[in-house]
Amino acid sequence: MLNIGHYSFSSRLLLGTGKYPDFKTQKEAVEASGSEILTFAVRRMNIFEESQPNFLEMLDLKKYTLLPNTAGAKTAAEAVRIAKLAKASGLCDMVKVEVIGCDKTLLPDPVETLTATEELLKEGFIVLPYTSDDVVLARRLEELGSHAIMPAASPIGSGQGIINPLYLKFIIEQTKVPVIVDAGIGSASDAMIAMELGADGVLLNTAVAGAKDPVKMALAMKMAVEAGQLGFEAGRIPRKETATASSPLEGLSVK
Amino acid sequence: MKLMINGEEVMVPNSLESITDLLKHLNLHDQVVIAEVNEDIIDNQKQSETQIKENDKIELVRFVGGG
Repeated sequence: MLNIGHYSFSSRLLLGTGKYPDFKTQKEAVEASGSEILTFAVRRMNIFEESQPNFLEMLDLKKYTLLPNTAGAKTAAEAVRIAKLAKASGLCDMVKVEVIGCDKTLLPDPVETLTATEELLKEGFIVLPYTSDDVVLARRLEELGSHAIMPAASPIGSGQGIINPLYLKFIIEQTKVPVIVDAGIGSASDAMIAMELGADGVLLNTAVAGAKDPVKMALAMKMAVEAGQLGFEAGRIPRKETATASSPLEGLSVK
Repeated sequence: MKLMINGEEVMVPNSLESITDLLKHLNLHDQVVIAEVNEDIIDNQKQSETQIKENDKIELVRFVGGG
């Protein structure tokens, strides 16, 4: 089970809800993924448009836990405001703190992320900060009381996979709360490697939404996360420099 | 009555008294809409008791797809 704050989840795959080709595909992809946590962004309504189809209204909200993000925020104050707006809906008390500090790489601003996390924890939120793979920053975020740490595998939407498995492993080893690898996952194998490294979960969006067949990719990601988790629990064999035969050397029938 | 909604000046009937009235007027009441009035974030369950008045600065936001 994946335990975050007072929540418990059987799925370790968290799914983003942006950029799908259409709502029908999105709904099928969400179902195929088996995800129980879905991320959302908070944005202004168009008040002059009465019909604004919204994916949220198509979901059975009893089946999913909403994880609003603070995307769009560039300062801690903006992130705190977005989080409070989301919570005022009465639909959620979790938040993914996302304070972007660089428009080119979309890497998080560490100082603002730390400040926003501290403030939101004081306000009683379940806080999951999105962070880089900075080992010390991850520790500082945990020390504040974060309910999970979400280091990026690589830049958001890049599909580059895990570019620094060593740092990710350091974070996983030192962190007692769940570590959810967020952003940059491109393929099912990327998700599996994250889990094999010992991550507690994976959050992805573009890898599914942007796939040729998002529904099939959602299923692939579900299976990859499950396989990676099982593989991690089972414990891989050590890598060796030399070959070792799998078949017995004795009893060979020779003329 | 003149309101500033999402950064735009909007004229609404003077009969509107609450956020709930405003959302009904805008035909947005069937959706999950979160309101902020003069920088105070309003819990959704308090929308009906939250009064609106001339020149209020109102933000109306919702959840959209995001990662």
